[in-house]
Amino acid sequence: MLTAKPETVQDWGEFPDERGHFGPYGGMFVAETLMEPLEELRQAYAALSKDADFQAAFDLDLACYVGRPSPLYFAQRWSERLGGARIYLKREDLNHTGAHKINNTIGQALLARHMGKTRIIAETGAGQHGVASATVAARMGLECVVYMGEEDIQRQAPNVYRMKLLGADVVPVTSGSRTLKDALNEAMRDWVTNVDNTFYIIGTVAGPHPYPQLVRDFQSVIGREARRQILEQAGRLPDALVACVGGGSNAIGLFYPFLNDASVQLYGVEAAGEGLASGRHAAPLCAGQPGVLHGNRTYLMEDADGQIIPTHSVSAGLDYPGVGPEHAWLKDTHRANYVAVTDTEALQGFHALTRTEGIIPALESSHALAYVEKLAPQLDAEQIIIVNLSGRGDKDINTIAALEGISL
Amino acid sequence: MSRIAQRFADLAEQGRKGLIPYFTAGDPNPELTVPLMHQLVAAGADLIELGVPFSDPMAEGPVIQAACERALAHHVALHDVLDYVREFRKTDAATPVILMGYLNPVEVMGYEAFARRAAEAGVDGVLIVDMPPEEGYEPVKLFQAAGLDLIFLAAPTSNAARLKKIAGLSSGFVYYVSLKGVTGAATLDVDAVAEKLAEVRTYIKLPVGVGFGIKSADDAARIAKIADAVVVGSAIVKRIAEHQQDPQAVLSSVAELVESMRQAMDGKT
Repeated sequence: MLTAKPETVQDWGEFPDERGHFGPYGGMFVAETLMEPLEELRQAYAALSKDADFQAAFDLDLACYVGRPSPLYFAQRWSERLGGARIYLKREDLNHTGAHKINNTIGQALLARHMGKTRIIAETGAGQHGVASATVAARMGLECVVYMGEEDIQRQAPNVYRMKLLGADVVPVTSGSRTLKDALNEAMRDWVTNVDNTFYIIGTVAGPHPYPQLVRDFQSVIGREARRQILEQAGRLPDALVACVGGGSNAIGLFYPFLNDASVQLYGVEAAGEGLASGRHAAPLCAGQPGVLHGNRTYLMEDADGQIIPTHSVSAGLDYPGVGPEHAWLKDTHRANYVAVTDTEALQGFHALTRTEGIIPALESSHALAYVEKLAPQLDAEQIIIVNLSGRGDKDINTIAALEGISL
Repeated sequence: MSRIAQRFADLAEQGRKGLIPYFTAGDPNPELTVPLMHQLVAAGADLIELGVPFSDPMAEGPVIQAACERALAHHVALHDVLDYVREFRKTDAATPVILMGYLNPVEVMGYEAFARRAAEAGVDGVLIVDMPPEEGYEPVKLFQAAGLDLIFLAAPTSNAARLKKIAGLSSGFVYYVSLKGVTGAATLDVDAVAEKLAEVRTYIKLPVGVGFGIKSADDAARIAKIADAVVVGSAIVKRIAEHQQDPQAVLSSVAELVESMRQAMDGKT
C-alpha cells in the first residue's frame, strides 16, 4: 500500500496528487451527488490560489481582522524550569476568536463569496471552528448553520452562546455518538441537500479532496511566519516542532512550510485520554488502523468490523476518530512522529504554562505543551523547540474547574 | 449473464418495471432479516437491496440512520450480512441480491476477501455509496473477477463527463438518485427526474433504477413510467421501525406496502 518512502520523497510540496491522494491516503470517498460540487470547488480554489488579488485580500484580512502575524514568543521561564531546549510558542491563541481556526474560515469564506454562495455551514466539536465560521459569516452577511453534537453542546455552552450572538443557527446533532464525527455527517447531509447555494466550511484538514489541501494551505500561514520569525530571532531553524493533532489543521499549518527542512523533527501529539491501553482515547495515528471515513482514507478508530468507535478526550476539539490524510502519510513515511499524552498529562501542561508564563492555553494545545515537558529536558540548551499554542483556554475554565472539583 | 442482467432482461421481455425494496440487514433484529427478504419477494420484489449497517451512514436520512443504529445494537457486521444472504439463497436461487453500504467495512475485510466471500454467499451486486468511479477502478476489477456486478450512483449533479465514467465501470444496472439530498427526503420531482433520465440514458445503456424519496404506491407508479426499476427504502424502513416490537406486524406491514407499489406499477389499481 505504501507508494513512497521518505528518502524517495524529494519535495513534500508535491502532495496531494491531482485527485487528492497523499500516497494511499486522502481521495474523494463521497456519494456521487457531491462529486461535481467538489470538482467545482477544486477548480475555483485552483484558480484563486494563483490569483494575486485573492491572495492580497486573504493577507489583508489576516493582518487587519485576525491580527497576524501572531507573535513567536520565547518562553524563557518555562524553558529554564524544564532545563533543556529553548522553547518558543507560536501564539495562535492571540488571534481574533482565540484560536488558529479563523485562518481557515477567512480563506474559505472568501472562496464561498467568490463562488456566489449565500449560505455557509460548518461542523464543530469544541465550538472554536463554529465560532470562527459564525464570525466570518456575520462579517460577510452570510446565513450560517453550525452542526454540533448534543453532548458537545452541553460541555461547551459558552461557545454555543457566542455562535448564537453572532447570528448562527446552532443545530444539535442527536445521531450516533452525538459528538464531532456525527456533526460532520450531519453537515455533509445538509450540504448534499442544499448544494446549490451552500458552502461547507470544513474545520480541519480532513474530508474529501480538495478540503485537506485547501485547509492546509490556509493554515500554512502559521508555519511560514514561524519559519521567518525563528530565523530572525534565533538565526537558525528549530530542531523540533510540536503541535496537538485532532483532525490536524494546526499541526499541518505549522509543519507544512518545514517539511523540506530535513533537520527539523516534527511531533504531532494526539489525545491519549485515559491511556492508550484503556481504549478510551482519541489517538488514531498511535493506536488506530487505516480506513475510509468522511470522504478520505486515513487512520481511524474502528472495531474489527469496520465500525467507527467512540473516542474520548478531556478536550472536545481532539475528540475525533479520524485524522487528516496528510498526517497519515507523514506517519507512514516517518517524516513526522506521532505521540499521545493523557488527559492528566495535558492538565499538567495546562497548569505549567499558566503558572510559569502567565498564558492560559486551550486544553487542545495543552496536549502539545505536555509533550514539550517530556521532550525539552532531553535536548540541550542550544536546541530550539517551537510549539503551536493553537488556542487560548478561556473556553475551558469551566471544564477544568469541574475536573478539579471547584465550583465557580 | 449475471442474475441481475437476467432479471432485467426478463422484466423487459414481460414489459414490466422492476421493484427493488431496501432494508437494513439486522433491523429490527437479525432473526427477522431472512424472513423479511422472502416476504419482500412474495409481495412482488424483483431484486432485493440489503443494507449493510454502518456507524456513519453519511448519505442517509434519519429513518435509515436509525435502522443502522438498531442493527448495530445487535452488532450486525458485514460477515453476518453475508450469512443472511447465504441462508436466503438456500430457498431462493432466482432473486438478485444487492448489498448497499459504505466502504469502510469492506476496506477492513479486504476487497479481495469481500468479493470472494460475497460471491460465495450468493450476493449478485454491490453498491458502495461512498465509492465514486474515481475511487473504484481497482476494487471494480476484483469485484468483477468474482462475478459481482458493481452498481454506481448517478445524480442530478452528474454531468456528461461523470455519466461517461459511471457508464464505463457499471454493470447490472445504474442507480439514479432522484434528488439532491439524503435518503427519505420529501422533495421528489418526477418531471425533473424524467428530464435528467433522458440525459442519463444517452450515456448509460444499462437499465436505470431510480431511488430516494419514493414513498407511496403513486410515487412508485409515476417513477415506473420513466425508469427501468423503482428503489424504495425509507418508506419500508419506517414501517419496520413502527412495528419493531412485533415481527409479524413488520412482515405484514412491509408486505402490504410492497404489494400496493407492485400493483400500482403494474397498472392494477
